[in-house]
Amino acid sequence: MPETLTKFIFGRLTLESLPLHEPIVVVTFIVVVLGGFAVLGAITYFKLWGYLWREWFTSVDHKKIGIMYMVLGLVMLLRGFSDAIMMRLQQAIAFNGSDGYLNAHHYDQIFTAHGVIMIFFVAMPFVTGLMNFVVPLQIGARDVSFPFLNNFSFWMTVGGAILVMASLFVGEFARTGWLAYPPLSGINYSPDVGVDYYIWALQVAGVGTTLSGINLICTIIKMRAPGMTMMRMPIFTWTSLCTNVLIVASFPVLTAVLTLLALDRYVGTNFFTNDFGGNPMMYVNLIWIWGHPEVYILILPLFGVFSEVTSTFSGKRLFGYTSMVYATVVITILSYLVWLHHFFTMGSGASVNSFFGITTMIISIPTGAKMFNWLFTMYRGRIRFELPMMWTVAFMLTFVVGGMTGVLLAVPPADFVLHNSLFLIAHFHNVIIGGVLFGLFAGIAYWWPKAFGFRLDPFWGKVSFWCWVLGFWFAFMPLYILGLMGVTRRMRVFDDPSLQIWFVIAAFGAALIACGIAAFLVQIFVSIRKRAELADVTGDPWDGRTLEWSTSSPPPAYNFAFTPVIRDNDAWFDMKRAGYRRPLTGFKPIHMPKNTGTGVILAIFSVALGFGLIWYMWWLAALSFVCLIATAIGHTFNYHRDFNIPAAEVAQTEEARTALLAAEGAKA
Amino acid sequence: MKRSGALLLFPLAVLLSGCDFVVLAPAGDVAVQQRDLLVVSTLLMLLIIVPVMALTVLFAWRYRQSSTTATYTPDWDHSTKLELVIWAAPLLIIICLGALTWLGTHLLDPYRRIDRIEPGQPVTQNHKLLRVEVVALDWKWLFIYPDYGIASVNELAAPVNQPIDFRITSSTVMNSFYIPALAGQIYAMPAMETKLHAVINRPGTYAGFSANYSGAGFSGMRFAFHGVSDLAFADWVAQAKSAPATLNRETYLELERPSENEPVRHYASVDPELYGAVLNLCVEPGKMCMNEMMSIDAKGGLGLAGVRNTLPLQYDKLARRGAVFGSDPSYVASICTAEEAAAASRAARNDDDRDWPLRDLSPLRGVGLLAPGAGSRRADAGTPSFGLLRFEL
Repeated sequence: MPETLTKFIFGRLTLESLPLHEPIVVVTFIVVVLGGFAVLGAITYFKLWGYLWREWFTSVDHKKIGIMYMVLGLVMLLRGFSDAIMMRLQQAIAFNGSDGYLNAHHYDQIFTAHGVIMIFFVAMPFVTGLMNFVVPLQIGARDVSFPFLNNFSFWMTVGGAILVMASLFVGEFARTGWLAYPPLSGINYSPDVGVDYYIWALQVAGVGTTLSGINLICTIIKMRAPGMTMMRMPIFTWTSLCTNVLIVASFPVLTAVLTLLALDRYVGTNFFTNDFGGNPMMYVNLIWIWGHPEVYILILPLFGVFSEVTSTFSGKRLFGYTSMVYATVVITILSYLVWLHHFFTMGSGASVNSFFGITTMIISIPTGAKMFNWLFTMYRGRIRFELPMMWTVAFMLTFVVGGMTGVLLAVPPADFVLHNSLFLIAHFHNVIIGGVLFGLFAGIAYWWPKAFGFRLDPFWGKVSFWCWVLGFWFAFMPLYILGLMGVTRRMRVFDDPSLQIWFVIAAFGAALIACGIAAFLVQIFVSIRKRAELADVTGDPWDGRTLEWSTSSPPPAYNFAFTPVIRDNDAWFDMKRAGYRRPLTGFKPIHMPKNTGTGVILAIFSVALGFGLIWYMWWLAALSFVCLIATAIGHTFNYHRDFNIPAAEVAQTEEARTALLAAEGAKA
Repeated sequence: MKRSGALLLFPLAVLLSGCDFVVLAPAGDVAVQQRDLLVVSTLLMLLIIVPVMALTVLFAWRYRQSSTTATYTPDWDHSTKLELVIWAAPLLIIICLGALTWLGTHLLDPYRRIDRIEPGQPVTQNHKLLRVEVVALDWKWLFIYPDYGIASVNELAAPVNQPIDFRITSSTVMNSFYIPALAGQIYAMPAMETKLHAVINRPGTYAGFSANYSGAGFSGMRFAFHGVSDLAFADWVAQAKSAPATLNRETYLELERPSENEPVRHYASVDPELYGAVLNLCVEPGKMCMNEMMSIDAKGGLGLAGVRNTLPLQYDKLARRGAVFGSDPSYVASICTAEEAAAASRAARNDDDRDWPLRDLSPLRGVGLLAPGAGSRRADAGTPSFGLLRFEL
């Protein structure tokens, strides 16, 4: 009786599920617990719980949600990078008969977790956070179309991240590679909880991503300030629009394919098994129909960031705005016609392979055009090499190499010799670090003063910049070389000792990147300490060109006291040139959405549902599902969702800014 | 400054000279052609990458804020001529690369019989084809030589300058069959067969491995590929023939169980139907072969009666548990006998041996490019035509 009872309560969770036999995990666990207690203790000691709950967790303000996304991305970057450095260390020492320090069971989880975390829980939150913060400000809106949905989306993303993190200490993560191809990810070959963690973490986070995509599309389509036609939208808004279209069109495919995999694993269907008529090729096709647009989801907004940064710091209008927009749209469409290039080597015919190879190459045409547009924006400009611009130039020099190796991999016969090799690994890190990450750092340095009212410390920023850039080249050039030596990915031990030196160099590069991350954290810390010195009162520290620089830093909750009217692409630059004066009177009450805790609650139930399904705790799954639905329905009866900021309060906020600006003017 | 730069590069050169760039210096003709394509494509792209990088550095320096001599035109944001150039330049390169890709992909299609041993030495009727059946197992490779009736684990041998015809499948999960010195890789997938045609030109021992992660023993899934003279190959075959073990359904099921870092071993004889059974997932007696199932389904299936044609699974290689809400592990029972099923798969296999040796490939190399108004040539060619290029495969 007690045995059936424990089985009912805990499903397949037993004491043996805890990875107590893995000393590395145990030590990590202890460190995380101590660190966690320190943070929670500090929050309690400084009585911050109420503040965090009221002002942040339940906030529907797009700026705060954007910042929370960035914090999530940063925290998960630390986890994803720990995985990276563990892999580099293992591959650097597992030679000459040495087994390294990681067994297959642990190592295989690490490379899977690294990929999943970096894509879904680092790059995606960073990109979504940036779009969330910037887009409404750039289009002169006061919030997104669906503020509550925005909060809910964020917490679902956090929910997915929590499930992935839980897998480190309770049970295990998938040992399948980050895309979990069946049959390996099927129940026959992966009977443990790892793949289930993978499925439910991505499903929970996927809800958030899809909804946030819908939200931002609506925002951009419907909430632009008067006068801002589509072809007057800032280029970052354009790239965000395309990215969100990609999200909405591709994430449902991921949801569907993971649902099919879950059905195979839970109810014994045979979609992707080999016998009973299933076929794993269906999975491979479907996951890449999502997976290829996904890489453009990541890079497009950063193309937007580079456009904004280049234009601002060159003190020039963006060269070829129209062709930039069309290039973005063409990339968006073409990104759906290339998925098969991820598996040229799975036996497709020559005509099919050439078709997908050539469509892939065609994408490099608009991308090349973009590169030239940035170049000619710099041409005859007056370039200020502030941190964002440094990242942009580093991006231009790094990304073209990644683009070139990418086109190379799109030539099917070349892919036959390079597929799954370390050359491929070097290629996609070249575009993801050189493109997405450099872009994020450019974007963070660029918009940080807007978000917090003070700049980031340039010295530590430069330290971080050089560590990252050099670290990237040291870490990944050896992988290109190893790929040409025919070394394949995901290897745990090697028998050819002549390869070792390259892995040692790559590990050194990873160590440099670690310094880069540390310097970035120091930069944030130092900047907060020196915030008075680095303060920006004007709200326009870089001589910006788009609307977000017209309001104060940080912007008031309502963003703009009066909705601006747009006459030109570079709206704020145009206003400045026309001698724009801030209106000082005539403020009206502003209608705003109200905070709500429902998003947090829904996400908690979703995590519980996922956890119950992973561990076969059916009572928990059923209970949390019912609660989830009940809460969602209950929330529809909440009619107190909005309020008005009284005109007097608006006036007070604006007068405070007027005084600050006057003081600043007097100082100058 | 220059000298210190050269000094910095020196250790790099030493490092690089000590490496075996097998992808860039392979020993098989197919891999050589793939390498050529790789190098040509890279050079073609460098035509645009190098100027872009140079311009980036130049503009970044020339138009820096502290420069007092540089022109500054803050409102200049459009030039139709420049726009034409920046779209046309990549376009032209991609047109060249696209044409190369189309040709290269067809000529180097791993499913296509090779038509030359080396440059200038075409394959003729006198060349005998070496057939090898490859099975990726957890976590080792099984090579069956159907013409010699032998098999080996984790060791592959082939005579130099003889075309090799690989048929590749897997027993459980996906792997990728890759010998960088010989030819590009192709996946090994359960219940599916992929093909690879290649030739090794220089004698030697080369590394082969799985290039797709397949589970715990993946790192050890390596084998030696020996390119040897005809004589040495005959020796190797004789050595295999004298091995004590034989490979039949029972010993295969034993071999198939997961194991890591397997030593080389040979089998003196092989059940000729074994590979077909592995491919069709019916090595276990009584299990319905996939090709049998497909042919039944193609004829309309067994209707509802087919649902009941399952038997509980007695044996499974990985102690399969079945899904938590699924039915008990089972398999579809065979309807025809093992011999009938084997005959069917033999017939299917021999189906594609007709087109040997290949006919004229000049159309693929561009000779078949139709001149405007030359539609009649297409008509009398009587072969499928794909746009500009006409090819027969």
